[in-house]
Amino acid sequence: MMLNRPDPSRLHPQPLPRTWWLRRRSYFLFLVREFTSLFIAAYLVLLMAGLYQLGSGHEAYSEWQGRMAEPGWILLHGVILVFAVFHSVTWFQTTSIVIELKAGGVKLPRAMFTALNVAAWLAVSAFIVILFQSR
Amino acid sequence: MTEATITLNVSRFRPAEDVEPATRAYSVPMHRDWVVLDALNHIKDHIDGSLSFRWSCRMGVCGSCGMMVNGEPKLTCSVFLRDYYPGEIRVEPLVNFPVLRDLVVDISAFLDKLQKVQPWIVRDEEKPAADGEYLQTPDQLDRYKGFTACINCMLCYSACPIFGLETDFIGPAALALAHRYNEDSRDKGAAQRWNVINDHHGAWQCTFVGECSVACPKHVDPAAAIQRLKVDTAKRWMRSVLLPWGRK
Repeated sequence: MMLNRPDPSRLHPQPLPRTWWLRRRSYFLFLVREFTSLFIAAYLVLLMAGLYQLGSGHEAYSEWQGRMAEPGWILLHGVILVFAVFHSVTWFQTTSIVIELKAGGVKLPRAMFTALNVAAWLAVSAFIVILFQSR
Repeated sequence: MTEATITLNVSRFRPAEDVEPATRAYSVPMHRDWVVLDALNHIKDHIDGSLSFRWSCRMGVCGSCGMMVNGEPKLTCSVFLRDYYPGEIRVEPLVNFPVLRDLVVDISAFLDKLQKVQPWIVRDEEKPAADGEYLQTPDQLDRYKGFTACINCMLCYSACPIFGLETDFIGPAALALAHRYNEDSRDKGAAQRWNVINDHHGAWQCTFVGECSVACPKHVDPAAAIQRLKVDTAKRWMRSVLLPWGRK
């Protein structure tokens, strides 16, 4: 099919401004969701650094633990936890859009799918806490 | 008693004459049963015949009358003046598209994209009409039915910031239609659509903002369709890598 195309010189382009993410609350929350993944990545780096210290011997790991107990590091972990919870909850919300669950031929509501995911996440987290506390 | 009126601030742009669009205010009668499109038609018929905009069916089926109403992509035949009264209404052309004139945007790039995904049933071999229709079970119909309601109104493209930033992005409506036909048990064209869907400007360019589904007046949910296309293309890629006989 051949389209009758307009002369580009007669068109007025509407490029998106750099501040597009301030146009709507949903755009802003989308960027926050993306931004929080940086904190998850930062925590993974910290975790790997901790594992490296663990592999370097008891003394190195004790020193690492001592450093992590300093107020600045505890504050950083607190900030990371807040962003990680936000990222995880929004992740489960978006997952419910991607995956469609059916029970007895009926589609489960997305909110229920999100709730099941969050419940499973909390159960696994509780299991890990109990496992480490019992040692 | 004086008749109640409502003000429409309408974006005007005359090609080759104006450098930038300018806003012009029109005062139109406030009728509770009028939609924004009725007000635009009133302006064209009684105030300024040079105002240009697209419209056709007036009942949310043709998808022609999409515009920005107070900054939101809307079908102007589906939004009532009473929902904005006594405030003013700002009417602008759909964002993310080049403006042709006034409220009319250039949709030729969208039509190219639509054609690329082959939004029709592709068959390896057509059976003669005398052999009857292609039968489907209710479950097979259910897999794609929700995505059949697209009217190509392009509101989802205006809501999508990724399309605004990357104009080569195939975009929500075209990808939702690709998914609709891939999921249709009568269709055999998934392999032909693969290159378009898996391309840099295909499904993977979507970062899941999700506003396309919010803007869709027919509740098609293009965001879900695109994410499912990503899962599907990832599975196809894994099959092609892991299995020697894996079909692309």
